[in-house]
Amino acid sequence: MKLIVAYIKPFKLEEVKDALKAAGVTGMSTSDVSGFGRQSGQTEVYRGAEYEVDFVPKVRVEVLVSDDLATPALAAIEHAAHTGEIGDGKVAVLPVDQVVRIRTGERGPDAL
Amino acid sequence: MSEGDVAWVLISSALVLFMTPGLALFYGGMVRSRNVLNMLLMNFFTISIVTVIWSLVGYTLAFDDGNGILGGFDHFFLRDVSSGEDLLFVMFQMTFAIITPALISGAVAERMSFKAWVLFTTLWAAVVYPIVAHWAWNGWLTDWGVLDFAGGLVVHINAGVAALAVVLLLKPRRGFGEEAIRPHSLPLTLLGTGMLWLGWFGFNAGSALAADGIAINAMVATQIGAALGALGWVAAEWMKTGAPTTLGAASGAVAGLVAITPAAGFVGPQAAFVFGLAAGVLCYLAVSLKFRYGYDDSLDVVGVHLVGGVVGSILLGVFAQASVNPAGADGLLFGNAALLGKQVVAVVAVLAFSFVATWIIAKVVDAVVGLRVDERSELEGLDITVHEERAYVLADTR
Repeated sequence: MKLIVAYIKPFKLEEVKDALKAAGVTGMSTSDVSGFGRQSGQTEVYRGAEYEVDFVPKVRVEVLVSDDLATPALAAIEHAAHTGEIGDGKVAVLPVDQVVRIRTGERGPDAL
Repeated sequence: MSEGDVAWVLISSALVLFMTPGLALFYGGMVRSRNVLNMLLMNFFTISIVTVIWSLVGYTLAFDDGNGILGGFDHFFLRDVSSGEDLLFVMFQMTFAIITPALISGAVAERMSFKAWVLFTTLWAAVVYPIVAHWAWNGWLTDWGVLDFAGGLVVHINAGVAALAVVLLLKPRRGFGEEAIRPHSLPLTLLGTGMLWLGWFGFNAGSALAADGIAINAMVATQIGAALGALGWVAAEWMKTGAPTTLGAASGAVAGLVAITPAAGFVGPQAAFVFGLAAGVLCYLAVSLKFRYGYDDSLDVVGVHLVGGVVGSILLGVFAQASVNPAGADGLLFGNAALLGKQVVAVVAVLAFSFVATWIIAKVVDAVVGLRVDERSELEGLDITVHEERAYVLADTR
């Protein structure tokens, strides 16, 4: 089992969600986050003055998948979130020791 | 006064009082979410403080005849204010005395100690406001022929320059000029703007103290001033930065309202177009001065109220028209250059007096309780560190 964590451009969320569903993923969680990578922030204007802003808005997507779904799910995110411009984000795939479905007590891949 | 006049001034008093909660929301939306309750309370609490001060000493110092500089103490604690009409005037003027120090709160936002604010407002409302009100409405400026229909000098220039004096002593917020300290809720700011705009009809049209043609003229001029202020500000920023902003429209409407305030009952509706547009554009340009000169006028009290008040008071010397209001005068455009000169002198006098008097009061407050919160409170936010409250509780986890 794997946990896929992706940091993407907010406007790409719908496309990423649709691509994950098409790949067979049955659930996901998202949250609004802010951060920076190599692009290192951006310039914005407020009350006529320009500022360097370090943290820019991103969406974090988390998906728990079985081992065999990890590769297609990763590909789905990579493809759907891609624009080719700086700030497209990153995806990480993490190993998962255990998953429990709280309602039924199922464990492991059955809980996914 | 006729029954109609009394009814209109009663309603106007309520309308002007309604502006201070409106101002609280206007400012509250512009601060960061960790300081919004502090901002709201600075304004809301000022209503109570100034109600006490005005009843005790404010009214008598402003409107008891005394001499040209200062009223007397004959009406201390509202003594010998016997007629209903006089009491109505006490109430109507009280609402002006309340919102004027409240205006200053926007400049000192997000770092002034609440204890210091309470002490400052008390002293300022007892000393500075009544003296300037006396000068302009019952003292030497009045006798000399200076015009101030609803408080360009008394309210806006007075509060604007006082704000400048306090922020020079208070020093900037951490991060000022380095990071964009953005509004946390522009919907609140716009709601507050709407309340201010509505209340301003009581402020300006109510200042006719009668339900008559002058009140009607003032109401129309007020509407035009506000609309043109918003148009002027947004047009200027749209051309300069490429974005028409909600904050710009809100600030511009207030700038237009400020500028038309001294003139609403003395100029015709056509002139109000000039007041609103000039204030919208000039105040927009003025708010960036704080970055150039490094004074943290946090929510642009100087840029909007000082500058807008000066624009309105000076333009009044140009556009005043005695045919609009026989109690007024003709301005430069109608062959009387003297009025313009008097308006300029009045502006300079109020700027100088209010700046110096406010500086002294702020120095005293600083010596007694300290003007500023400590660094930790500023970083964590005044809501939790000073008031032990949070504005927005999304999950009841703490």
